[in-house]
Amino acid sequence: MYGTGLAKGLLLTLRHFVESYIDDLRYGFRKYHHSTDNFGIRQGTKTKGVITVQYPDEKVAVPERFRFVPFLIVEDEDHPTRAGKDWCTSCGICAKVCPPQCIWIVRGNDPVTGRPVPEPEAFFIDIDICMNCGYCAEYCPFDAIKMDHDYEMASYDRTSHHIHDKERLSKPNSYWRGIAPTRAYEEMLVRGTWEHKDAAKEARRGAASSARGRSSQPAAPAATVTSSAAEAAPEASAAAAPAPAAEGATPWSEDDAKREERRRKALERKARRAAKQG
Amino acid sequence: MENLAAAPEQPIETASIDDAIAYLKSNHPGAIKLDDRAGYEGIIVDPDHLVDVARVIRGELGFDYLSSATAVDYLGEGDHMEMVYHAYRTGGGGALVFKAQTDRENPAIPSLTSVWRGADFQEREAWDLYGIRFPGHPNLKRILMWEGFHGHPMRKDWREAYYEEELKPFDSRWPGGHVHRSEEKNVFGKNVNYPTDIDLNRLMDSSESAVYESLGLGVDVERIMDKDGFETNELVVNMGPHHPSTHGVFRMVLTVDGETVTSLEPVMGYLHRNHEKIGERNTYLHNIPFTDRLDYISSMGNNHGYVLAVEQLMSLGRKYNPPTYRCEALRVMMVELSRIVNHLWAIGFWLNDIGAFFTPVLYFIQERERILDFFEAVAGSRMMCNYMRFGGLFGDLPERIKSVSNLTNDRVRDYNTMQFLTEMINERIPRTIDELELLLTQNEIVLERSVDVGVLSAEDAINYSAAGPLLRGSGVAYDIRRADPYSIYPELDFDIAVEEEGDMYARYRVRVTELRESVRILRQILPRLEATKGESIWADGKPGAYQPRVPHGEAYGRVENGKGELGYYVVSAGGRGGSSNPWRYHVRAPSFINLTPLGRMSQGYKVADIVGILGSIDIVLGETDR
Repeated sequence: MYGTGLAKGLLLTLRHFVESYIDDLRYGFRKYHHSTDNFGIRQGTKTKGVITVQYPDEKVAVPERFRFVPFLIVEDEDHPTRAGKDWCTSCGICAKVCPPQCIWIVRGNDPVTGRPVPEPEAFFIDIDICMNCGYCAEYCPFDAIKMDHDYEMASYDRTSHHIHDKERLSKPNSYWRGIAPTRAYEEMLVRGTWEHKDAAKEARRGAASSARGRSSQPAAPAATVTSSAAEAAPEASAAAAPAPAAEGATPWSEDDAKREERRRKALERKARRAAKQG
Repeated sequence: MENLAAAPEQPIETASIDDAIAYLKSNHPGAIKLDDRAGYEGIIVDPDHLVDVARVIRGELGFDYLSSATAVDYLGEGDHMEMVYHAYRTGGGGALVFKAQTDRENPAIPSLTSVWRGADFQEREAWDLYGIRFPGHPNLKRILMWEGFHGHPMRKDWREAYYEEELKPFDSRWPGGHVHRSEEKNVFGKNVNYPTDIDLNRLMDSSESAVYESLGLGVDVERIMDKDGFETNELVVNMGPHHPSTHGVFRMVLTVDGETVTSLEPVMGYLHRNHEKIGERNTYLHNIPFTDRLDYISSMGNNHGYVLAVEQLMSLGRKYNPPTYRCEALRVMMVELSRIVNHLWAIGFWLNDIGAFFTPVLYFIQERERILDFFEAVAGSRMMCNYMRFGGLFGDLPERIKSVSNLTNDRVRDYNTMQFLTEMINERIPRTIDELELLLTQNEIVLERSVDVGVLSAEDAINYSAAGPLLRGSGVAYDIRRADPYSIYPELDFDIAVEEEGDMYARYRVRVTELRESVRILRQILPRLEATKGESIWADGKPGAYQPRVPHGEAYGRVENGKGELGYYVVSAGGRGGSSNPWRYHVRAPSFINLTPLGRMSQGYKVADIVGILGSIDIVLGETDR
């Protein structure tokens, strides 16, 4: 009969209309209540009505991998040895890998010797040009630049606000661990330490030289990992992620073993060379 | 000459590419030579014989579908211009690649529009961006730039307004990267080349009159004509560029007799940003996020086509590992999800176009939201996914789709990823498709508006190089996932959606069937993901280099995207042992080429149908204008 298809469609819209209210009843108007888990339920499989998120009264929290405008990691203020120090070594890989070329870095030079120091003198990101691709964070070998979660960056004047300098870009390491605990944990596993790569190297070198002089026996790397992990792991990530002690179980720890093997060999070579010269 | 007729058991229309080339060589001795540059394939045809050879390729050899026609400027690499054509058989199989070379000073290559109408827009683009003339082209004028624009911007020696350096990465960024805005340093006009005799105050844009002239009209937009004994006015109507029904800044110039459309001319380029020029300044890796911005509805598919093309090139090198199985499975899953997104979007907005304002589209894109949530949790962004890499992916699936509260009023969610996917694929998406069908398939208004409107015959669809649902809606069962398979599609079980009628309704039904087929594919992907859990997503077991060197050669990577065949023609040349920046980066954009038959499809229908016909092609201006 002519018009049946039309009527069916209209019934569907009516059903959607009614179901939205039924959903509200079912969830007891919890969407107006600041409880943590009802939002996930409202957006789950069983919900049938039409749900809107009433921005800015409600905001959908972004997932950990969300990326928006990079920031630079600096060491926490309460860090025993490196407080306030940049993680960035101004190697320039982020500037090279940036597709719209919005990163500008002035490499630092030692005022006395004139040789480059592993710290940027200045760092700029033009956020008008940034396309939020996340390459800088992905390819940074020092985990020093990360994508932020703060997307509310509107300003009244682009000329004065949209070139972020080093001061504006810098955020403490603890902030990164806060917004992306799982990822920070995964990075730690790859790096082998919660510390900055160089700092860890430094510490190991110091420990090795003081303990053993020129002997080629390597330091125990696993111990460094677990001890520093235990003191620095935020509760959330420690609960969510697998224990780092499971050697060989995860791909990261396999990588770790290889890396340590390489490092050990390099150290041996170096020691041999030093012995030959000395 | 070797005796090629020795084994004619197989008819020449279905013979292998090599046999086809041998046949051409015997037919046109002297006009054809093999392209023997390292990493190149196909034949180089003498321009004087190009049209004849093309007729043989299409008529006798059965390569009836001209997928891509594009130009390359080999400045400093032989100093010639080259047109590259990729012809396929709609029965399936690989490409017959043929090329024609001409000099850079006064480039001209005979037009192939008389053989394949699908060459029309692509040759206009080559004229516009490279300055190659095509004698025999019926309407050779600029297509993306405006008439009166000076120069041809894709030529290697042309420099854009805020030109900094030939290739990225720019030297000024590091180690002495003192920031400046490009407009401060390069005030507009300072580094643009104008002809010496030009008066900037009297710059003329003649594109308007050119558009009307090509419709057979003078500069006047109205003329009196006599038809059926009545005196009527044939009127020119401009639809767009600023009109919501054109899905962006797209313009159609129609001549109407009463309410009936007598001719239609698409005008585009309002969103042109010279994507390909940017792509040639970029390194290979830089281009992946730029491909997201083409068809921004289905960025995963865009990524896929590009990484396939570059992986083809990389496989020419000595050290190459193909992507792992898990990587391929994840890629296919993402691409199929984005196909669902694309079709839900396309059907919804097509409904908008024919008058069902926003109720259907909002129902459909509710499910799209969930898929985008998933993309966001996996790739980091909802639409600009930037997910695929050469030989791998940005990252494996996270354990949980978990958000972390950061701003005030944040609402957090926490799902198990595989459970979320399973529920989405098995319950929610099928439910949405059922609702969609209930709402539309038998709806009398939809039927009235779309049946027998905007008809495109199968022959025309092939001849005009239509792709995707537009081609399959005309009864041509051509889907690259089956015809020229890539990734893990050969082992997946799914059907090609085909409808015979060739009208708007047929295209709608093709999309609905494809939605269901995508769900079918996704259901097969889920167990594959479970089985490969823990496998590396990287071919080499570790992330790829940030500046890979790509060996010399050419590659054409094409995928079946939601809107049709998306192809990337990438050439690696210059430098020793490969390059880190593509010499040529061309996008065969389905949204662009699918507009070639728009004029033909619209003739004889009412003005109100035109919007629907355009909607049923399903274009995205980011891809059309590039």
